[in-house]
Amino acid sequence: MLEIKNLHASIEDKDILKGINLSVKPGEVHAIMGPNGSGKSTLSSVIAGREDYEVTKGEIVLNGEDLEDLAPDERAHKGIFMSFQYPVEIPGVTVTNFIKTAINETRKANGLEELPAKDMLKKIRATAELLEIDRKFLSRSLNEGFSGGEKKRNEIFQMAMLEPKLAILDETDSGLDIDALKVVANGVNKLKSEDNAVVLITHYQRLLEYIVPDYVHVLHDGKIVKSGGAELALELEEKGYDWVK
Amino acid sequence: MSKYTEDDLKKELETKEYEYGFYTEIEADKFPVGLNEDIVRAISEKKNEPEWMTEWRLDAFKIWQEMKEPDWANVTYQKPDFQNISYYSAPKKKPELESLDQVDPELLKTFEKLGISIEEQKRLSGVAVDIVMDSVSVATTFKETLAEKGIIFCPISEAIQEHPELVKKYIGSVVPKTDNFYAALNSAVFSDGSFCYIPKGVKCPMELSTYFRINEGGTGQFERTLVIADESSYVSYLEGCTAPQRDENQLHAAVVELIALDDAEIKYSTVQNWFPGDKEGKGGVFNFVTKRGLCETNAKISWTQVETGSAITWKYPSCILKGNNSIGEFYSIAVTNNFQQADTGTKMIHLGKNTKSTIISKGISAGKSQNSYRGLVQISPRAKHARNFSQCDSLLMGNECGAHTFPYIEAKNKSAQIEHEATTSKIGEDQLFYCNQRGIDTDKAIALIVNGFSKEVLNKLPMEFAVEAQKLLEISLEGSVG
Repeated sequence: MLEIKNLHASIEDKDILKGINLSVKPGEVHAIMGPNGSGKSTLSSVIAGREDYEVTKGEIVLNGEDLEDLAPDERAHKGIFMSFQYPVEIPGVTVTNFIKTAINETRKANGLEELPAKDMLKKIRATAELLEIDRKFLSRSLNEGFSGGEKKRNEIFQMAMLEPKLAILDETDSGLDIDALKVVANGVNKLKSEDNAVVLITHYQRLLEYIVPDYVHVLHDGKIVKSGGAELALELEEKGYDWVK
Repeated sequence: MSKYTEDDLKKELETKEYEYGFYTEIEADKFPVGLNEDIVRAISEKKNEPEWMTEWRLDAFKIWQEMKEPDWANVTYQKPDFQNISYYSAPKKKPELESLDQVDPELLKTFEKLGISIEEQKRLSGVAVDIVMDSVSVATTFKETLAEKGIIFCPISEAIQEHPELVKKYIGSVVPKTDNFYAALNSAVFSDGSFCYIPKGVKCPMELSTYFRINEGGTGQFERTLVIADESSYVSYLEGCTAPQRDENQLHAAVVELIALDDAEIKYSTVQNWFPGDKEGKGGVFNFVTKRGLCETNAKISWTQVETGSAITWKYPSCILKGNNSIGEFYSIAVTNNFQQADTGTKMIHLGKNTKSTIISKGISAGKSQNSYRGLVQISPRAKHARNFSQCDSLLMGNECGAHTFPYIEAKNKSAQIEHEATTSKIGEDQLFYCNQRGIDTDKAIALIVNGFSKEVLNKLPMEFAVEAQKLLEISLEGSVG
């Protein structure tokens, strides 16, 4: 599904990613771990197509298509979803209105009709129930005055609504208490299927107790320095990042 | 499929200018340029006006001649040459217009382009439309339904003939001829406009609506609107306009007067989309408007405006809260893009006791535009326990535009309660990237953010108008970031 080959990226002439190789197949869960400043968040932003970063070498291929010339919204239309570490506020735009717009814009881009309001409502309600989200929450302004947990839960809600092929969760566990973490993990597990893939970007092993990855990669100084199975995360937890340097 | 290149994009941007900038060919009956007593008399004569009306116009003309064009607003422009404007232009008139078949097909086509075909309006929305095209009303609908309730809704020229006692009593009573330069000019040369009277205790069963358009090149447009809500009555009035693209500047100096008698309520909503000039700032309408309402005891007037057009806007819909317990409201969204300049706001004049006013102003600036809010809250000595709440929010897009706030507060009674809040924000890269990541392109994202920002005001508009206003916001700001 996702093939990253020898990816180099920089911001303001500073090299951050220095040759990343990663292959993700449908149905897989990959965890990318690493200390602060190792390039984890840059990797997710670059996959999503954030224009602040410049790809200097290498390529990102999604289902056989090179993403290089695609804008962030076009990448989203191809099925890439990124859960933000710090979701932004949009005052006056409700959670419902935002997701409705996102879904219909994506459908339009893929040559589909807008989802009829009735079906949209049904889907929103079903998803909210699945993720234990209160109805009142759906009428609030997007992320405005949300607690850390609410923001993350809303990200997962949007992911569930958009049904992406590839979901990148950037530090989704940060700032969550254990109950919120369980809800988020639960949501991700329920949405996992043979057709989609998840990339978890995290600093700590904690989230991986609830979402068990097929592969764990350790990122250090812009490169993947070690890859392994779920047990690698535990080893890292025990020995610290210095161990892999 | 060929690839979409940068050149295609450029082409698209160039053509995506003023969507409603088309021109309708309708034979016009037009006066020579220039203004003097004879022209004023000729306008009056053309409309078969009674002597008192002619005298009123002449008096206004005399006053205007003594006045100077105001220059205190935060706008710069080439002052119009008032002797180089034609003061009267009417579409070639057919004698009687009882059904749509009798309306010029060209005119009907224009309405279709605007998406406001009369048939549709008649059939679906229950909105009565009094269309002002080039100064003279050419079609009036739903008149009979309104007549059953005793409601008068007609061109003001007709009201002068049919209801002289009402016109004579109220015209100039809220905006006197001496009020300001443009109001005086309008009083002398107003071509046509709408008149509305709601009798005592009557709730107008439908939204009354007028679509204004400037059409003939080089003609000024001087609308005059008079709305009278008699005791305990209610009316919601909608005013909307689009104008065809023009090279030279077009002057628009309208006057709107609202009178809300005891316990009456008037809701006046405007969507304004005059031609704003091209992307270099050439052309565009000068919109110098005087709008004011008078509230008697327990009366209420709400102004809601969505301003996206005009090269220069100079407009302050105001309320004189004369009666005790009267209420004035002003909800405004003003969008400026490219080289547009807007100086707009309101005046809330508290004269009666326990009077209340609310001001919510949302300014959105993009391109190289300048957007100013100018508002006055005045509490007179006898206005005990008057209350005002003002909120002025500005949203900036890019680094070359400006947002300004000029609030004036004059309180002469100690019991007054006045609150003023102001915020300025900028559409951030982070917000746009977040939306993009969810599959929402940048233009749509801006529309979404702007709609969220403007929500409190959009919510005040009647349903069908709100939809139109949202579309307009979207069109006005397309391509303004990135």
